[in-house]
Amino acid sequence: MKALSFRGLTKTYKNGVQALKGIDLDVEEGDFFALLGPNGAGKTTAIGIVTSLVNKTGGKVEVFGHDIDTQLAVAKSCIGLVPQEINFNQFETVTTILINQAGFYGIPRKVAHERLEKYLNALQLWEKRNAVSRSLSGGMKRRLMIARALMHEPRLLILDEPTAGVDIEVRRTMWTFMRDINAAGTTIILTTHYLEEAENLCRHVAIIDKGRIIENDRMSRVLRKLQTEVFVFNLRNPIAAAPALPDYQVVMPDDHTLEIEVSKDQNLNDIFSRLSAAGIEVLSMRNKSNRLEELFMRLVEQKPAATA
Amino acid sequence: MTQTSTQDTPVAADPVTPNLAHTNMVGFRTIIIREFSRIIRIWGQTIVPPAITATLYFVIFGSLIGSRIGDMGGYTYIQYIAPGLIMMSVITNSYGNVVSSFFGAKFGKHIEELLVSPLPNWLIVAGYVCGGILRGLVVGGVVTIITLIFTHLHVYNVGVVISAVLLSSIVFSLMGMINAIFAKNFDQISFIPTFVLTPLTYLGGVFYTISLLPHWAQTISHANPILYMVNAFRFGFLGVSDVNVGFAYSIMIGAAVVLYVACVWLLQKGVGTRE
Repeated sequence: MKALSFRGLTKTYKNGVQALKGIDLDVEEGDFFALLGPNGAGKTTAIGIVTSLVNKTGGKVEVFGHDIDTQLAVAKSCIGLVPQEINFNQFETVTTILINQAGFYGIPRKVAHERLEKYLNALQLWEKRNAVSRSLSGGMKRRLMIARALMHEPRLLILDEPTAGVDIEVRRTMWTFMRDINAAGTTIILTTHYLEEAENLCRHVAIIDKGRIIENDRMSRVLRKLQTEVFVFNLRNPIAAAPALPDYQVVMPDDHTLEIEVSKDQNLNDIFSRLSAAGIEVLSMRNKSNRLEELFMRLVEQKPAATA
Repeated sequence: MTQTSTQDTPVAADPVTPNLAHTNMVGFRTIIIREFSRIIRIWGQTIVPPAITATLYFVIFGSLIGSRIGDMGGYTYIQYIAPGLIMMSVITNSYGNVVSSFFGAKFGKHIEELLVSPLPNWLIVAGYVCGGILRGLVVGGVVTIITLIFTHLHVYNVGVVISAVLLSSIVFSLMGMINAIFAKNFDQISFIPTFVLTPLTYLGGVFYTISLLPHWAQTISHANPILYMVNAFRFGFLGVSDVNVGFAYSIMIGAAVVLYVACVWLLQKGVGTRE
């Protein structure tokens, strides 16, 4: 079953900006789906339409088969939203926010209190249950929004940049939590600017740019489309000039570093042999950027680095 | 932060179509509880100021000046203005509660909690209106107690008292909501109470019977909806009114229906709330 389906979805704002230009998209039930795109690409608009915060101009949206034009309440009861911006009442306590949220979805107070304990413990916020929300740290506020979105145990969880501004330790803990809830059967749609996060967590990815879907496939297949990768070689000794490596594009940012672009039909053994022959000793090596990030940049900048 | 506990891994809910009637009932109750909790939490802003204002009115207009005015409508001046002062506090507080609560939710973006929930717009409006009614009744009750300190309150028809206060509270809660829906900043939520609501209240027969006014002023006064509310309420207490009470009810019921439909329509269209 499709957790989410867009057909010909369009949105034109009053100022004439066409945020979505007729997108088609399917997210299967149980998937962990990345919806990526540069700022202003249309991701948040699409999410806004699904959650009824934005009125669509045209097209059709279904959530678990429920059309938002005819069965909006049922569709909305299937969705949990973690928005990009902090949007809870900063004067209320953590407990009040969560109990109220459960109430808005028809969850009785007794059940809500049980879930509150479960999710606050899982997200390590239980000690803060009586704290006024504005006193929480940035990472805690993000986790509170995740707990809030889970209070009615939605079948589809939409996370709009859930780890923005969160330190790496908290971010990795949140990744573990997201994997757990996905493994338990909750479909997750994630938008993020941390492409490492999308690559690590998601099985499918769609890239949206200027209101159109420019890529939509399994993550593994998308990554295979990357034709070239840039590797950074850290050298033991300084060198005066970049070595001549025919067939490779070589850049020398400083006298201890080489950046070499390697295409799919080339191999690293060949590079290492040539560097050794030139008397250059490599201390360590890494990708210049995350593979998805590289592909993303090339797709968005329309560089000919990815296969059609 | 250490590793997340996995023993409490959440489980996706069973794909069962929700009972929307039950959801609406619990949701409605939740909005009311939230609104009432807000009134109590900020009691220094919601309950104390109208109590102090009412006390000052009774001291100045009732005891000090009122004793020199003489009877009005067959009652002492303080008895005559008491229902109007209670109604004035109900009106301003019902309006103030909804306008500040709804605009605050818009400003802080937590209105989105309700907008993304399965609760229908008609129920969201009803929930906020109930919040306005609750504050109107709480403050009206406090002002009534203060009134009893200064004078005896005669009740002519308790049914009229209750229905008039409820209808007035509903009408002004809905007006507060419309103000909040259109408001883009805090100035715009204080503009209407200061420049429209307060003058209409003072000119709505709270402190006088309009029979004291020249004919042209009486005619203009009949265009003021607050005149009908104050007089219906006063009729419930004293059995006297400057207007036909049946007509006053028509005005209040008509206004409540029109404003409720307008609020639901505005939310449905997303005016001020959705893109």
